[in-house]
Amino acid sequence: MLRVRNVWWIAALVALVLFPLIETNPTYTTIGIFALIFMGCATSWNMFSGYSGYVNLGSAVSYGVGAYTITLLADHLNVPGNGDLFWLVPVAGVAAMIIAVPVGLIALRVRRHTFVVITIAIFFVFQLSAINFSFTGGTAGLQLPLIPWLETNYNKPFYYAALAVAVFAVLLSVGVRRSRFGLQLLAIRDDEDRAAGLGVKVFAVKLVGFTMSAFVVGMGGAIYAIFIGQIYPQFVFDPIFDISIALMCIFGGLGTLTGPLLGALVLESTQQYLAIRFSNGSLYLIIFGSLFLLIVLFMPQGIIVFLGDWRSRRRARLAEGARVVLGDAS
Amino acid sequence: MTTLLSVDRVSKSFGGLQALSECSLNVEKGSITGLIGPNGSGKTTLFNVITGYEKPDAGSVTLEGTEITRASSSRVFALGVGRTFQITRIFARISVLENMLVATQRDEGWLRGLTRSKSSKSELASAMEWLDFVGIARLADQPAGSLSFGQRKLLELAYVLVADPDVILLDEPAGGVNLTLINEIAEKIRSLNKSGKSFLIVEHNMEFVMNLCDRVTVMHQGADLVSGTPSEIRSSPLVLDAYLGGSDEVDEEVS
Repeated sequence: MLRVRNVWWIAALVALVLFPLIETNPTYTTIGIFALIFMGCATSWNMFSGYSGYVNLGSAVSYGVGAYTITLLADHLNVPGNGDLFWLVPVAGVAAMIIAVPVGLIALRVRRHTFVVITIAIFFVFQLSAINFSFTGGTAGLQLPLIPWLETNYNKPFYYAALAVAVFAVLLSVGVRRSRFGLQLLAIRDDEDRAAGLGVKVFAVKLVGFTMSAFVVGMGGAIYAIFIGQIYPQFVFDPIFDISIALMCIFGGLGTLTGPLLGALVLESTQQYLAIRFSNGSLYLIIFGSLFLLIVLFMPQGIIVFLGDWRSRRRARLAEGARVVLGDAS
Repeated sequence: MTTLLSVDRVSKSFGGLQALSECSLNVEKGSITGLIGPNGSGKTTLFNVITGYEKPDAGSVTLEGTEITRASSSRVFALGVGRTFQITRIFARISVLENMLVATQRDEGWLRGLTRSKSSKSELASAMEWLDFVGIARLADQPAGSLSFGQRKLLELAYVLVADPDVILLDEPAGGVNLTLINEIAEKIRSLNKSGKSFLIVEHNMEFVMNLCDRVTVMHQGADLVSGTPSEIRSSPLVLDAYLGGSDEVDEEVS
């Protein structure tokens, strides 16, 4: 028999699959594509940083490496502007993973706050490299092959590719949480030295988690690149990306499964919508800033954990007396 | 009796503070060895050096002939030395049972964890068995952070035991624990000792140490002052001096 929780997951997946078939307005499917890219990236960011407590503020390194890899590969291999481009998405993920190994070897030597600072520093090294090297096209950026699809159906393949990456990220995150490896990441979060003293190979576990997370974020960057059709260093190696991903997870609930999904869905779609609606790219920053102040002040563990606590408190109160029920009903 | 764990003239300083100076200690196979001394005499630092949490400046630590002086804490654990902490260190945000499962494998390939589930049936069974042994099996699904101080001590003991170490270092197992629980812990240690485990115990509760231990080593100002049976220790004038504040005289004797 299906458990209630699984029914919700399946319903959500069906809704996401049907969305572009029902809503054909490209404005909204575009919002859907961005939301899905960020849902995948946030879930995989959380799979490492949420579980282990190592807050990575340089995840745009993987995003940018994924975007540049697919662009350069498409160019060098002369891939035409059709569905073949999508086969390069996992390759871009692998490239992001390979780059994450030396980055992790450096950054994971240090703990907590120092780690955060190091990841930011490494991120800027990559951004500056993309601006200054010639093979990246510098600030002029790079073009991807033109995709000659009709406008009415243009978004669909990108939407489903982003959905596939998001589903993969969720399955990976669930798998990790159920594995011994995931348990070791959680032990590292709570007390790294103690975990080491109980036989956990902490450095290897951290490095593997870090690179696995990079794989999915790299694929997200690759889909972004082929969807937009051109990439610039400041948009794929974007400090706002680093912060957004982390904030989405904190917003939803760090270390939870649904938290990053909810955070990415709400924040990314709101941002896209506000940008289109008010044609003002920075308005959302003000709204987000205020929102985060509220979240951090009143729900420091994120919305998912807050709602869970609220529900169990409410149940307890309902068991006590009927007065509360009347209050809730009014 | 053969020596299981041997500490040979180990020194360790933190800046200007000499925490350990040429401290030596032996734990015989199958024994319960006590380690006592005034506060600040270096007992916990010695534990940290033995278990790889701190690296000594000089001296050596051997486990059944294998040198483990500068081994990492995970290596020392893999070789069969388990320990608890004076201030308990549990994984607060995962469940009590998951705390146990972290420690079920002393030594496992670093990629193995990726390819298997949190626990095998036998690991789960032995984790529950040890939780039952220390009497907190009913709390298995609670987050470990919700445990009381005494329960945390028991959990720490249980998750060290689940890995089946040969020698177990306990840092103040009776500290801050009520009398009934102290007696229970003493009983557990005795029955584990009968089944072949060796112990090295730091404790301030003299009754606990004197009743339980086969041999006792007294530490003072980072060095081992005297070792002997509990009755020898009780009647040693050096020990009385160390505890009753006659440290100046002891200093003269040492130097």
